[in-house]
Amino acid sequence: MHPLFKRGRFSLYLLAWVPLVITSIYVLETRGGLGWWQATAIAVPVFLVYAVLCLFAWYPCRATPLTNVSFIRWVLTHLIAAIFISFVWMQFGALVSYAVLSREQFAAIGQEFRPQVNAISTIGILIYLLSVAFHYVLIAMEDSRRAESQTAEARILARDAELKALKAQINPHFLFNSLNSISALTSIDPSRARDMCVLLGEFLRMTLGLGEKTVVRFSEELDLLQKYLTIEKIRFGERLKTQEMIQEESKACLLPPLLLQPLLENAIRHGIASLPEGGEVRLTAERQNGRLEILVENSWDPDAPPRRSNGLGLRNVKQRLEARYGEDALLRVVADGELFQVSLSIPIESEDRV
Amino acid sequence: MNASTKKRWRALIVDDEELARHIIRELLQPHTEIEVAAECANGFEAVKACTEHKPDLIFLDVQMPKLTGFDVLELIGEDVSVIFVTAYDQYAMRAFEVHAVDYLLKPIGKQRFEEALERAKSRLGEKMPSAQKLADSARPPQQFLERIVVKDGTRVTLIPITKLDYVEAQDDYVALASQGKKHLKQQTIASLEACLDPSCFVRIHRSYIVNLERVVRIEPYGKESRLAILGDGARLPVSRNGYARLQTLLDERK
Repeated sequence: MHPLFKRGRFSLYLLAWVPLVITSIYVLETRGGLGWWQATAIAVPVFLVYAVLCLFAWYPCRATPLTNVSFIRWVLTHLIAAIFISFVWMQFGALVSYAVLSREQFAAIGQEFRPQVNAISTIGILIYLLSVAFHYVLIAMEDSRRAESQTAEARILARDAELKALKAQINPHFLFNSLNSISALTSIDPSRARDMCVLLGEFLRMTLGLGEKTVVRFSEELDLLQKYLTIEKIRFGERLKTQEMIQEESKACLLPPLLLQPLLENAIRHGIASLPEGGEVRLTAERQNGRLEILVENSWDPDAPPRRSNGLGLRNVKQRLEARYGEDALLRVVADGELFQVSLSIPIESEDRV
Repeated sequence: MNASTKKRWRALIVDDEELARHIIRELLQPHTEIEVAAECANGFEAVKACTEHKPDLIFLDVQMPKLTGFDVLELIGEDVSVIFVTAYDQYAMRAFEVHAVDYLLKPIGKQRFEEALERAKSRLGEKMPSAQKLADSARPPQQFLERIVVKDGTRVTLIPITKLDYVEAQDDYVALASQGKKHLKQQTIASLEACLDPSCFVRIHRSYIVNLERVVRIEPYGKESRLAILGDGARLPVSRNGYARLQTLLDERK
């Protein structure tokens, strides 16, 4: 359907014709010597009909979009339409004048305007061409609005998928092993068992809570990471050592939630857990040149076979970065000897800027 | 040796997590007939402890560094009763069900523990199902062997599959050539072939599987057969069928 027949746009369109109507009434009055009501009775229906006729420009405009149609075809289409429509319009104008005016007046008008027939039809053609331009703008606007709503829809879909992925991310292995550790602690050290219950509860609650947001402050994510590491330290005991080097200024940066947790989980599951003697996980974060730079390093056994889910966490992080930052985020994985490094660089979004 | 005539049974607890070992030790406490001979924090220790203590029963964690529970079972032989322990591994769990092997899930509950222990006691002295079969059925579909575990006397060697050059059949054994050394392992070449990624390893001969990456060129040899020359200079016979398999694989790779 023609986009002008929506949401009261049609009356606005008609309003745009008013100056033309007034001008032609004035011309008919002064040069044609008609009474104002006669001039009005001619001009109003004539331009009303032309306004409607010009709407038909929508069809040739749709049929010959500005791109991928040859220039010749484009010119021919609109020229033929313009000549045809303005011819119809002129005939209609003559008909109306004939109906409104007396025979003498009609003859006089004919006398007066005959030399200008060419000029008038040119004006008609020009008005029509103006309407063609107007329709192209209208079509472009409609297209961009449609594209916009499609992107919005795609974004919602992507977010749904992401949330689903996040929910699946709470690793059952981690959960069951933690429960087993708690079960052991209940007889060895009941108060530590309680501490671990609380930690695990907090960790799960934060995971669920953060997962509902689109961005979180780095300090919030850090809080979750520390809980996670504390739990894993109870489980792995001496085997897991951690070190954090967090620049104070980095803490206010915003980033998608639960982005770093899978990286630490990778470091522990595929790094520390593969070493009988254990090792160290280092987390470094700093704000640098308008970017948030994060580095997760861990010792690992380069000969260990990749475990089943290896790479899944990393792939997930990569996808989420791409979805949010496109080309602007970097994720680099370097396995150098017995050191495994994942570095992450994202443009800073701090709250004062958002 | 019939275990049931013995007064006390020797048990081994193998888990890389201290707390996890503690639970089993605690659950075993009321069972005075079972003595915990040793606790091991990894597979190597477990293999060593097995030769040292000759246990009757092993509680064996599946996910451990270096050697998995399956590797340990493969190395210690099938004459010992094993109760596997795992936190969450759907494929391993299915393999245990299929082969009727006792297993415990973390967190370990007392009732389930007692049941598994009773069953294990009644089976004491019976052979375990083959570790290789168990490990094969615990491997997720579409996944191939990532490394091979070999025991030379008391030494345990891990051969990552990427470092395996070729395999040669020798009666009931296979000789695994890797980095200039050969390791013997009791396995048939056909069963090993089934576990290797067919896009990397080709059976070029009745007695040979080769790592495609290592092949430098193929030379004609005799009337019907050819020789595969490897990067390290090794020359392996290629049968007519083997050559055809090699060709298809190389075509696919192009």
